[in-house]
Order: sequence, then structure tokens, then C-alpha cells
Amino acid sequence: MTPTRPLVALRGVAKRYATGTLALTGIDLDILPGDFVALLGPSGCGKSTLLRILAGLSGPTGGTIDWPGATHDAAGDPQRDIGFVFQEPTLMPWATVMRNVTLPLELAGVKRSEAEDRAAEWLARVELKGFERAYPRALSGGMRMRVSIARALVTRPRLLLMDEPFAALDEITRFRLNNDLLQLWEAERFTVVFVTHSVFESVFLAQRIVVMAPRPGRIAEEIAVEAPTPRGEEFRTSPDYAAQCRTVSHALSRAMAPAA
Amino acid sequence: MSEEPTPERALPGAAAWMRVVAPTVIAFLFLGAWEAVVRVNGIPHYILPGPLLVGQTLLKDWGTLSTSLLITLKITFMALSVAAVLGLALAVLFAQSRIIEMSLFPFAVILQVTPIVAIAPLIIIWVNDVTLSLLICAWIVAFFPILSNTTVGLNSADHNLIDLFRLYRANRWQVLVRLLLPSALPYFLAGLRISGGLALIGAIVAEFVAGTGGSASGLAYRILEAGYQLQIPRMFAALVLVSGTGIAIFLALTLLSHLLLRKWHESAMGRGDRR
Repeated sequence: MTPTRPLVALRGVAKRYATGTLALTGIDLDILPGDFVALLGPSGCGKSTLLRILAGLSGPTGGTIDWPGATHDAAGDPQRDIGFVFQEPTLMPWATVMRNVTLPLELAGVKRSEAEDRAAEWLARVELKGFERAYPRALSGGMRMRVSIARALVTRPRLLLMDEPFAALDEITRFRLNNDLLQLWEAERFTVVFVTHSVFESVFLAQRIVVMAPRPGRIAEEIAVEAPTPRGEEFRTSPDYAAQCRTVSHALSRAMAPAA
Repeated sequence: MSEEPTPERALPGAAAWMRVVAPTVIAFLFLGAWEAVVRVNGIPHYILPGPLLVGQTLLKDWGTLSTSLLITLKITFMALSVAAVLGLALAVLFAQSRIIEMSLFPFAVILQVTPIVAIAPLIIIWVNDVTLSLLICAWIVAFFPILSNTTVGLNSADHNLIDLFRLYRANRWQVLVRLLLPSALPYFLAGLRISGGLALIGAIVAEFVAGTGGSASGLAYRILEAGYQLQIPRMFAALVLVSGTGIAIFLALTLLSHLLLRKWHESAMGRGDRR
């Protein structure tokens, strides 16, 4: 329990699909402002479903989701103020890098010149300066993912949701993007919920790891990661990192073992 | 660096040339053989004229033939334009409402599967204006590929992108203009390419059925007329114009498609010597 008011509070959230499958059950989770939470679990544990529920793309079939600090629109829907990064870069192939990043701003009615200024700033921050006029197909997988991150952050959301964003990338690119994402987070302190199935990635990135168990998807354990700030390559190779990876790995094994 | 842009697939120069040279060589071999067969066997020109005679006739009768060509072209392009506009508009309507799509699509299919030769006489009887009846016939044939292709294209937008637009609370109009229409563009253009040829076929078939004479008649009537008069070289010349027009329409629409898609779509990227 912390005195800080959470950004999002989930209580007893459940999701049952129309097919009858219970994807999530009894999810109690507080996301605190500025937190970096990793949802870790095997496939089928409902972590992507949970992320879609947080995004409002999918409704829960049970429980409540509160956004204590958010204003609500006329329909009573909370202004979630989020950015979303999918597993695929999910760019519009017909639009330049610049147009892809300005999209959220233009949809919100921001003037094009202002949108371009803000997009250019974020493109520079994800190290894509000079690629504004390129089309996505001319970029490598890692660069496309950087565009996707710039697009998610250009609205300066309070909550960034990431659904296994680096799973399809090679290891070297993944490490670089992990480092760069951490740097952005340390500078900006937006709140992150990061879905992953990699123990190593979750320990490297997160402040708090939520280990999930499958069938039905539920929270098995929560583990706080102790690490120096800023984290960098030294942390990745330290014995401390290895020890915490072991702890989390054991927690994951316990979560996956058949219920006793 | 692991993040350099991937180099564009280069179209090998030799292969690009071969795509033009190889069929040209075949065409000349074929024409040469044809001319030789006609001359060696002394085939009379009212049975089979040689390509040289056909060429001469094309030049000699250019006045009549070009007037007819213009008339056929006019019908073809008007039919194609109307098909493109209506096909696109109806596909957009289908994308807005599943119920409208379910209620109307079967009738579009009926329109497509009914042979135009069978309904052309009816249309020509019902519609007083000849040009209008020809236009309707050509449109019926050209309409369906655009409608069905565009419908598929509008439904094939990336689901994650649709979610992203929902996330940013885009309205229907923004989703349509910024997401669905660009996603459907390659499909629409592919449909247009098929319909270009079909519009010409529709126009020719309708002219055959209408069989109208006089100065305002298209290429099909010139073919009929030449057939009656046993002026076979002129018949061939008209036929050459029909095929040439079809090829020109196809090439023009292919170029249009390439220009619109080359920056982003796989289909317009260098294909090298694949196929």
C-alpha cells in the first residue's frame, strides 16, 4: 500500500470471451504514476488482454477499472491519455515517417505545423533525425519500432502501454532499444506497462514485475526490482542482475506449475 | 550498425530490357511467318490478308477508322469513369454498414454473372439513345471488378491500425480518409486495370448487338460492315485497332498504378526477373 494516488486501479477485473474461455480473473493491480511495470508470463496468461483492457480497446466482463485522476467525457468514459506500442510497428505504409508520427496529433486536431514540430522533436529523441521523409518500407525493423515509439510518445501520454514491442527484433537491436527506452523513461517519467515473455527484459527494464499465470489468466506474484539508476550495460552484466533474473525465473516456474 | 535501412531491391538492367525486347522479337517473328505463309501459298486477301496489307489498309482507311475509334474510346472511358466512381462510392457505403453490403452485394453479383450479350438487346430496346445504351452495357461489365476489389480493400485495413485510430478517438470520416481508403487504393487500382479492358469489351459487344450504321458508329460496326462487304483487310485493320486500344488502356492504367503506389506498396516495387 502506498499513499500515492494510483493512475489506474483495477479491482477484481475479469474477462470471459464470447466463446466461454475465461481469459482473466481476479486482477487487482494499482499502476502508480511514473511506474515501470512489466507484465511477465507465458503465452495464454492474458497479459495482452489485460493491456487491451487498460487501453479501453476491450471491455472487462467483471470488476472495476478506476482512473482516479482522469477527467471523464460526456459519455462517462475516462480520458485515458495513453500511447500504445504494438508487437508489430503498425505504421501506415503509405505515409512518411513524419506523417506516421504526426497522426495522433492530427487526429486530435493539432495544427499541422505544430504537429510537425513536435513530431520532429520526438523523432530526434528516438535517433531518427533525417528520416522524416522516408517511407516505412525503407527502414529496418528496429527503426520502424522507433517510429512506433515516437508516435506513441508524441502526445506526451501519461501512460505508455507496450505489447511485446521488441519480441520480433534481433537481440542486438533489442538491447539497444531497451537502453534507449529506459533513457527516455528516466528523462520523462511517463508511466509504462510493458508486456513481455522475457525474464531478462523484464528485470532489465521494470521497477516492478507482475508475474502472471495461465488458465485462467491471473496475477501470481509481484516482484520489485532493485537496481541502480540509471541502468545500463553494467547492470545487464552484473551478478545482481543475474540473481534477480533467477528470482523472477523461479517465480515464473511456480506460476506455471499446475495448481497444487 | 544493425539499423541501417534495407537497400532497395535493384531491378537488374539486363532483365528490364528483356521484358521489352523478348516479346518484340516474338512479335516480329510471328508477323514475318504470317506474311511468308500468305505469299508462299498465294492465299487470297479475302481469306487471309498478310500483315503488310493490313498495315496499308489501316493507313488508307485511317479517316473512317479513326472516327470510329474515337467513338468506341469515348464509350469505353465514360463507362470506365462511371464504373470507377460508382464502384468506389458503393464500396465505401458497404464499408460503413454490413447490412447495406449484405442486402446489395448479391445484386451486384447477378449483374456481373449475366452475360452482357444476352441483356444488351434488351437494354438497346429499352433505352432510346444509342450512345446511352452502349454506355450502360459497357458500364455493367466494368462495374463489378472495381466494386468487389475495393470492398475487399476497405475490409483489409490492418487491425492494429484500426485499434490505434480507435485509441485516438478518430471519427468515422478520419478512419475512412486516413486509413480505409489508402488501404484500399492498391485493390481499387487492380480492379481498375481489369475493368479498363472489360469496358472496351463491353463497348464492342454492345456495338455488335446494336449494329448501328451511319457516321456515328464505332469500331465494332466497322468490323461487321467490312465482313459483309468481304473487305477482310479492313476487318483486320479494325481488329488491330481494338487490340491496340486494349493494350494501351492496360499500359496506361498500369502506369497510373505504378505512379501512385511506387513509394510504398510491394506490388509497385522492383520485381526484378521474378515470374
